[in-house]
Amino acid sequence: MSNAPLVISRSARPQRLIHEVTDLPPFQILIDEHAGHVMAVCRGAVGRSDADDCFQETFLAALRAYPKLREGGNLRGWLITIAHRKAIDHHRARGRRPVPVAEVAEVAVSDPEPDDGIWAAVGALPPKQRAAVTLRYASDLPHAEIAAALGCSPEAARRSLHEGLERLRKELA
Amino acid sequence: MKDSLNRLAARASEEGLLDVAYTTTDSPFGTLLLATTPRGLVRVGLPNQDADELLVDLATRVSPRVLEAPAQLDEARRELDLYFEGKLTDFDLPLDWQLSKDFRRKVLRAIARIPYGQTRSYMQMATRAGNERAVRAAGTACGTNPIPLVVPCHRVLRSGGGLGGYGGGVPMKEGLLRLEGVLDN
Repeated sequence: MSNAPLVISRSARPQRLIHEVTDLPPFQILIDEHAGHVMAVCRGAVGRSDADDCFQETFLAALRAYPKLREGGNLRGWLITIAHRKAIDHHRARGRRPVPVAEVAEVAVSDPEPDDGIWAAVGALPPKQRAAVTLRYASDLPHAEIAAALGCSPEAARRSLHEGLERLRKELA
Repeated sequence: MKDSLNRLAARASEEGLLDVAYTTTDSPFGTLLLATTPRGLVRVGLPNQDADELLVDLATRVSPRVLEAPAQLDEARRELDLYFEGKLTDFDLPLDWQLSKDFRRKVLRAIARIPYGQTRSYMQMATRAGNERAVRAAGTACGTNPIPLVVPCHRVLRSGGGLGGYGGGVPMKEGLLRLEGVLDN
């Protein structure tokens, strides 16, 4: 995880008269660097057919909050945390129905996708476990970053991941 | 993914979250960067300018909500294409002047009124902006013009007839003056 802060505290900087805006990078850079990731998280969390909605809601929420962001250290973790909140909202709104598996994806994908049955099972996990499993296997994040994205300790992240995997093993056995 | 990103840009615009939309476009002189706010065209980057630096500058000076959104710049791109084909002499685009202030903005507003195919001197521009002695400042205003081409600072020359400088390089200034029939081919 990169610890390089993008925003230096005001007092540490020479005072500037012209603009008081913090030096956040152009939002497009976040899209260029993290859109693929966020989409993978959304697919894992809500299924492929609803992934685009989750993706849109995530980036719109991020865009809304962006100018006021003070801690620019881990923008990817920030985006993924938002994606998880949006996925949870989505599941709440639709009730705990399983992710539909019979729908055809809107866009052809060239990379091999895991069996939709697995993602249906992932989508049915409790939120923390689902998030941990998705971040680990769809986004390939290390435990420390999963913890950062979920706002918990690395041990708790590891435990959620372990419990999620156990439950998947049972469901899919 | 491309569809998703286009949809995102459109929704951001609808919800008032697209503070700066940009795109790149080809020109006979190289790639241009075009950026607009909801008010109008705010920045034109010339081919010799670093696009990444321009975007960082926009993020700092206008808003960090900077998104690639070509659809927002369709009209600007269309008019510039026609201009380079010699088929358009007057741009009809809303402009956002926020990147220039005070005297420089006055100079640039005066430059915006120089007709196609005509030239003025830096001194004339200084006078138009209200201070005939501020020739050097008028030159600086041209040099820091955030919206070149559309605000035609290439039509401002030295009093003695010398071309003077240009943000996009003197060969580009010559090319533009040739296009407008000021210089012979």
